[in-house]
Amino acid sequence: MTDLVAALPLSPVALVLLVPTLAIPVLAVISDYRLSAGLNMLVSGLTFAAGLLLLAAPHERGDFLIIDDFNIFLIVLTTFVGFTTSVYSASYIGHELETGKLTPAFLRFYHAMYQAMMGAMNLALVSNNIGLMWVGLEVATLATVMMVGIYRTPEAIEAAWKYFILGSVGIGLAFFGTILIYMVSSTVIGAGVPAMAWDEIVRNAAALDPKLLSLAFVFLLVGYGTKVGLAPFHAWLPDAHAEGPTPISAVLSGLLLNVALYALLRFKMVLAGNPLAIDVGAILMTLGLVSLLFAAFMLYRRRDIKRLFAYSSIEHMGIATFAFGIGGPLANFAGLLHMTMHSLVKSAIFFAVGHVAQAKGTQRLADISGLSSTHPVLAVGFALGVIAIVGLPPFGVFMSEFLLVSTAFGRQPLLTVVLVAGLILALGALLMRMQQVVFGEPRGKSDPVKASYVPLFVHLLLALVAGLWLPEALVRWFRGVAALLG
Amino acid sequence: MALTVDTALAVGLALQLLQITLVVAIAPLIMGLTRKVRARLLRRRGPPLLQPYLDLWKLFHKEAVVADNASWVYRRAPYVIFAATWVAAGLVPTYATGLLFSWSADLIAVVALLGTARFALALAGMDVGTAFGGLGSSREMMIASLAEPAMLLIAFAVALIAGTTQLSAIAALFATGDVGVRVSLGLALLALIIVGIAENARIPVDNPATHLELTMVHEAMILEYSGRHLAMIEAAAQVKLVLYFSLVACLFAPFGMAAGDKSWAALALGLATWLAKLLVFAVLLPIAETTVAKMRVFRYPAFLGSAFAAAALAVFLRFVSRGF
Amino acid sequence: MNALWFDIAHLLAAGVLVLSLMLLYQDRITAVINVFALQAVVLSLSVGWQSVVQGAPHLLATAFIALVAKGIVIPTALHRIVRKLDVHREVERVVSGGPTMLAGLGLIALSILLVQPVVETADPVAREDFAFALAVVLLGLLLMITRRNAVTQVVGFMSLENGLVLAATGAKGMPLVVEVSVAFSVLIAFIVFGVFVFRIRERFDTVDVNVLDRFRGERREHL
Repeated sequence: MTDLVAALPLSPVALVLLVPTLAIPVLAVISDYRLSAGLNMLVSGLTFAAGLLLLAAPHERGDFLIIDDFNIFLIVLTTFVGFTTSVYSASYIGHELETGKLTPAFLRFYHAMYQAMMGAMNLALVSNNIGLMWVGLEVATLATVMMVGIYRTPEAIEAAWKYFILGSVGIGLAFFGTILIYMVSSTVIGAGVPAMAWDEIVRNAAALDPKLLSLAFVFLLVGYGTKVGLAPFHAWLPDAHAEGPTPISAVLSGLLLNVALYALLRFKMVLAGNPLAIDVGAILMTLGLVSLLFAAFMLYRRRDIKRLFAYSSIEHMGIATFAFGIGGPLANFAGLLHMTMHSLVKSAIFFAVGHVAQAKGTQRLADISGLSSTHPVLAVGFALGVIAIVGLPPFGVFMSEFLLVSTAFGRQPLLTVVLVAGLILALGALLMRMQQVVFGEPRGKSDPVKASYVPLFVHLLLALVAGLWLPEALVRWFRGVAALLG
Repeated sequence: MALTVDTALAVGLALQLLQITLVVAIAPLIMGLTRKVRARLLRRRGPPLLQPYLDLWKLFHKEAVVADNASWVYRRAPYVIFAATWVAAGLVPTYATGLLFSWSADLIAVVALLGTARFALALAGMDVGTAFGGLGSSREMMIASLAEPAMLLIAFAVALIAGTTQLSAIAALFATGDVGVRVSLGLALLALIIVGIAENARIPVDNPATHLELTMVHEAMILEYSGRHLAMIEAAAQVKLVLYFSLVACLFAPFGMAAGDKSWAALALGLATWLAKLLVFAVLLPIAETTVAKMRVFRYPAFLGSAFAAAALAVFLRFVSRGF
Repeated sequence: MNALWFDIAHLLAAGVLVLSLMLLYQDRITAVINVFALQAVVLSLSVGWQSVVQGAPHLLATAFIALVAKGIVIPTALHRIVRKLDVHREVERVVSGGPTMLAGLGLIALSILLVQPVVETADPVAREDFAFALAVVLLGLLLMITRRNAVTQVVGFMSLENGLVLAATGAKGMPLVVEVSVAFSVLIAFIVFGVFVFRIRERFDTVDVNVLDRFRGERREHL
């Protein structure tokens, strides 16, 4: 495979960025939706292949781009989920077109935006320049905003508007933090491009002014924290998930939240290198627990199935943030594993939810029940997804939560009690809903599901495998990155 | 010029007295000028420039009619108002800094003296118990409650930059030009202009030429006055205008003032520039007045609030400027 | 550095801040847009001055972008939107004027207090620019929070972006990459906003964002 990488005219990093970018104008002009959906799949698949090639490529750094242990697997994960979602989306949008919720003109736009979002997320992941990372996140946000509003119903427009306003404010504050970081690093590294390179900043972290670094981190935390969906900056998240097309909910939950958390962690690593800066861990632990508890309670009040799982995303981002807040090799390991597992399982759930909503013609939980008798396969997929996401064995989420709880008990016993309470609360809420959706009395209309179940079960299978056995390479990578995170 | 201590004192006293006399003597002329310019801008011929003098003369020779139920407050108030305003105006540096009484020319003292005058006026307005008097007083107090904090913040901002609240010292410092371009001062000027407009009952806060019950503030309070009482209040209002003109001039345009040496040439130059500044302001004020409309009463808080905001901003910005 | 140069930089940066406060004070939509345009012009002057002071000619490009995009093109387009949509000409406030102004002053004080002790090491121009920039950002936020009308929120957002540009140019030698990206993002932001404003109009016959609350998926179902 190394030979293959060497034989390529372009480096895999360039491919990961260029393939989606070049696809944007092409997808924007193709009017036949079958063709464009297929092309979307092809492009996403190629990006995934380029991501896989990255594994074989040597680590490299420039002032603008970087490939290291931390981002390489996230790129693979992102491109993989991007690929499976494009497969799912191809069958999903066919149905939307039939029911008249979308028109072909909007589909052109949809596919172009999909690739814009994927390219921007990849950019945010591979950039070494903190300004470039910011640009990636901002473009990804704008692309998702456009897609959330694509149905043009009043609810969708409200959701998109809210997402846009909160997202922009967050991104504005994050930019302010980025400038602050540059200001402090340029006094040590010297003015110019290297002072914005993340690895240079980390290398010189100890020499940087701790007060300014702390101030910068507060801005970055609020800015990128909004994107992560941490309470109390989460207000956009449930609406955006509920009102947009389901494939977008899947990538929002599965990928964009991860990328934002990744950005936050990059800066955490900078602050970890400076002993005099504020204790980032305590802040992350607090925000994580608040998000977890808040979301766990909110789960009981949901009436809309997509909102339900949106709150579940807040909950899981809270768990991951808490894990990184505790820090140390084991907790960081748990956090990374949790990010990965949540990506896979949550997007699988949204795939299932999309099918459910299309079959039932509604997103209201009260109108969805008795799936096991009308759609047995879908019911199994949905139930497995919920079992996986609440952290029941044998799925991967159980592994990461178990790791987290066991390591947290030694470090923060009191907080761990709160953590476990939150987990149990969320488990109760989700199982209760799942029980009703799957086993209740069938009601309302129920159309057959024509779309493909493959992405759903592939994701669940991966989560299952991860729960039973983690490949040695993956464990080594997680360990390496966990050590990096400090 | 070798002067003995006594002659130096006498000269100092004379210069101070000159200032005190001048502010009263020139006040009706300045008021007359603003009225004339305003009338011309409205394409009227307007009263002669010296009309305010004639008005005052006429009023002093008329009988002062006092309401039956008026108390001593009503009768004493005009003198208190005039005295307080005159003292304040006499203290503000006009053509020279470092005059004999300059040590007492404190910005806060000036604000306090004007506050005293306003207090007396408001009491007098309520004393007779007519509806208009009470209405005017309550409005006046509302304006005052908004304008005075702003005024104090202005004093604070200026004092932070100059390191003193003594007007003479501030003017002397600002005249040297060492202060440079300061945003704080610009904002303080803006705030002072707004406060000055409100304090002098000019458009858009009040209209000195109206007796319309819905809009008048100052005129409502003095509606019952006549004869010499009215003359005192009118004169006080004219002196107050000169006071604010001088204040703006000495804080924000202190060029030309006679500083250390009190040679005749410097004094003459100071006097000439002061008069020129008064003339410029007296022309600018009516021009500004004719371009805006009178505000509704409930818009005052926003208008004066902007003065407060500007003054507060001036104080804040002081903390980020050069060298602390 | 020459004291007068410094004073002018101070003056221009503070001018941007004062105009931010004036944005809060306005209660006519057209006035809001005009003040915003003026702010963009002052911002471009400030950025241009920084380019002279820092000897960084590339900042002139940023100044030019700010002048053309935010000083001319966007205000013109916003005026068009207001005229075309026949928007209510008065600004609809969530919180009344007085408290908003007080909150604005509080935010300015906060940002000065926050930045002042922290940025001791930086040179004075950068330091004060930074305090101003933070204040402009926070005031932009306040404007977005306290106004109901979509157009006013757009202006609030862009004035927030003005603060970001002020901060970016105040940081010495910040690479051009970022400035271009800021300009770029502003452009995108505006397109998005434009689309939204029109869509919102299409659906509700008003640009009052508050109307949207009636359609909240969940609240309705709680009832």
